[in-house]
Amino acid sequence: MTTLPTYEYDVLVIGAGGAGLRAAIEASAAGVKVGLICKSLLGKAHTVMAEGGVAAALANVDDRDSWKVHFADTMRGGQYVNNWRMAELHAKEAPDRVRELEAWGAVFDRTTDGRILQRNFGGHRYPRLAHVGDRTGLEMIRTLQDYGVHRGIDVHMEFTVVSLLQTDGRASGVVGYERERGRFQVFNAAAVVLATGGAGRAFKITSNSWEGTGDGHALAYQAGAELMDMEFIQFHPTGMIWPPSVQGILVTEGVRGEGGVLLNKEGRRFMFDDIPEAYRNQTADNEEEGWRYTQGDKNARRPPELLTRDHVARCIMREVKAGRGSPHGGVFLDISWIKKRLSGGAEHIKRKLPSMYHQFKELGDIDITSEAMEVGPTTHYIMGGIRVDADSQMSTIPGLFAAGECAAGINGANRLGGNSLSDLLVFGKRAGEYGAAFARDNRRVPIDPAMAQRAADDALKPFEHGRGKAENPYSIQSDLQEMMQRLVGIVRTESEMQDAVKELASLKERATRAGVTGHREYNPGWHTAIDLKNLLAVSEAIARSAIERKESRGGHFREDFPDKNPEYATFNIVTRRRPDGSMEVVRVPLAPLPPELQQIIEDQKS
Amino acid sequence: MTTAAFKVWRSDDAGGHYENFSVDVVPGMVVLDAIHQIQATQAGDLAVRWNCKAGKCGSCSAEINGNPRLMCMTRLNTLNLLAPVTVEPMRAFPLIKDLVTDVSWNYRVKKTITPFTPRPADAPDGTWRMQQADVDRVQEFRKCIECFLCQDVCHILRDHHLHDGFIGPRFVTYAAALEMHPLDVADRVPALKGEHGIGYCNITRCCTKVCPEHITITENAIIPLKERVVDRFYDPLTKLLRIFKS
Repeated sequence: MTTLPTYEYDVLVIGAGGAGLRAAIEASAAGVKVGLICKSLLGKAHTVMAEGGVAAALANVDDRDSWKVHFADTMRGGQYVNNWRMAELHAKEAPDRVRELEAWGAVFDRTTDGRILQRNFGGHRYPRLAHVGDRTGLEMIRTLQDYGVHRGIDVHMEFTVVSLLQTDGRASGVVGYERERGRFQVFNAAAVVLATGGAGRAFKITSNSWEGTGDGHALAYQAGAELMDMEFIQFHPTGMIWPPSVQGILVTEGVRGEGGVLLNKEGRRFMFDDIPEAYRNQTADNEEEGWRYTQGDKNARRPPELLTRDHVARCIMREVKAGRGSPHGGVFLDISWIKKRLSGGAEHIKRKLPSMYHQFKELGDIDITSEAMEVGPTTHYIMGGIRVDADSQMSTIPGLFAAGECAAGINGANRLGGNSLSDLLVFGKRAGEYGAAFARDNRRVPIDPAMAQRAADDALKPFEHGRGKAENPYSIQSDLQEMMQRLVGIVRTESEMQDAVKELASLKERATRAGVTGHREYNPGWHTAIDLKNLLAVSEAIARSAIERKESRGGHFREDFPDKNPEYATFNIVTRRRPDGSMEVVRVPLAPLPPELQQIIEDQKS
Repeated sequence: MTTAAFKVWRSDDAGGHYENFSVDVVPGMVVLDAIHQIQATQAGDLAVRWNCKAGKCGSCSAEINGNPRLMCMTRLNTLNLLAPVTVEPMRAFPLIKDLVTDVSWNYRVKKTITPFTPRPADAPDGTWRMQQADVDRVQEFRKCIECFLCQDVCHILRDHHLHDGFIGPRFVTYAAALEMHPLDVADRVPALKGEHGIGYCNITRCCTKVCPEHITITENAIIPLKERVVDRFYDPLTKLLRIFKS
């Protein structure tokens, strides 16, 4: 047996979106040797898709804002099943993390007194999102990338990890292949940070790119780490729905933050029809007040379009089901109406929402400054992920850390817009910091070359199956996506989800027969076959967790249990792998909320 | 259902050839959809780079009917479907396979540019003050999604292969974003004149024409930096003064 080429690092970061880059920068600053693995080219990760902004209580626009309000907003948005410690750390540290980006060259939009401008967003009580037009994610990833490449981090681009290696119960490295030549390589590290993002590709309609196959979730799960909150998927209320080829592409919440309104086919602003009790005091009850709020009137309450994403998505589904939807099965999102209120409104829209203007003009033949957009829910984000310690971000496997979307806890049952960008900065930094500390305290342990070789051999099986009777990996993937969309989508019921679990078993069996043609060099068919394993594991965790939660909360809505059940507010649902390979689902009680934090939540209820 | 004919570049041992495919056309379809359909049904190993499919990541750059474009932003209804649509890789970079090229040179070049170097903070809390009017022009450059289409059409790189002498429009724009950043205090003008080779650019504006983000590369980035180089090194009065001083 030949030994696979091996790289050695103190801290190895898997994933080069915002969380991964931030972790690598921090670990490198701690003086340890850092390797960074990207599934694509550097700077192309899904973070570039983030549009509206990064949430941080800088209080530049409204001085009533503070970490306490941000904390309470995050907990309320997450329906109180969040990890409160993460929500606390996040709210406290986000402002410093944003200011730090400015020191590294980011150029946020400005207030009139020259500070970082902040905008309104769903579920945030005050204007809190630092932004750059509607391309905030690009600004962030470019800033981190351009800063990071001068920090002595080794970057391995277009590399996919297929297995996490352990030695004596500790994470000790990974094995994977580089895309260009299809060769396997081993990375031996003292600490491994997973920052692999989401799993939106488990669904048919999604805003996620091909990379979002839940790799980190699945790698951690296969290695024995625990996943938590997997039933909570965020269906972003506004994705493009027409033409078919653009289905799922995101339309930023910033459109609503700037005054955009949701209308059904009768032209009615249906969001006024159903305002949840928890938000009634903070929500405008007439159109005039809502408009004033979007224009910065501090005495006005927010329009109902800016309620949390889970609620808005469900209201849209309700309109569509009741036959009041738009021609292509969504509703209308209109920003052009603000021309009636603002002189130079068309130019204002183009300046505030340049990418949206561009996107609809080029992909949908629609000029958003003069017509309404057609929108509907799209799978956007997974609140669930690897269960981690709030302070250190270490998973249940020593030496294995996770940050950003692939980690669970901060968002609870529903994530507020803008909290993902701040999440990845705050916890990316923490994962890098604690990863480096772990690496200093615990020397690298050698990996077992036979285990690495087995993982590589396993990944090559699709070539052995070749063509002939083999299954087409693309067909399995699309069948899986179609099935998850249909049976474990926005509206769920017990019987459908039980069917989903059965179908997953048969898809899993088909996946073992996936075959590909061609050679190992840059072969997308092969990559698709490998990613299937991850998608299937994550889909099963989503379905089984969703079956276990017999209530509706946040992103998880059950037709057979349409209400919240207080009993379910006391625990999180955790999935883990049994030694025989089957999936175990357990309930883990929430840690009790300290009285001072409870008090903050109570104070913010008025 | 209507179909469209595609001629897609495929690598082979001899270098490469065009392969013909027929694609079912659906409303709103873009070229990347067609490539995906070909992958899923006819050529599973067809190599293509893509991520966001929304014009935001700059991964799916290619030459479509000879025009440098993002595949995800090129709708079929803007193309003549009576003739086959040709899809080829960017020609200014070495080919890896099919539609995928080796763009690593760009990452190496970027590293040679002096990074952001801010002045000391304006406020005691470590923050700065900048007016929107002062950051507008930098924000234009920072829209860049690094698709490298401007590098692909730059004749200095594409035809003259002067990759060692000129950093190309993308990185002149990057340098401009840093030079015009209100907080930055580093000086990149000597490098632009020297190893970064801004003098090679003879402002044919090809880069500006292909930019999917509509950045006015030539007028707003390249020409102002050329002027800075000229002011510093070629202004006759300054030159005279320098002679006297030395």
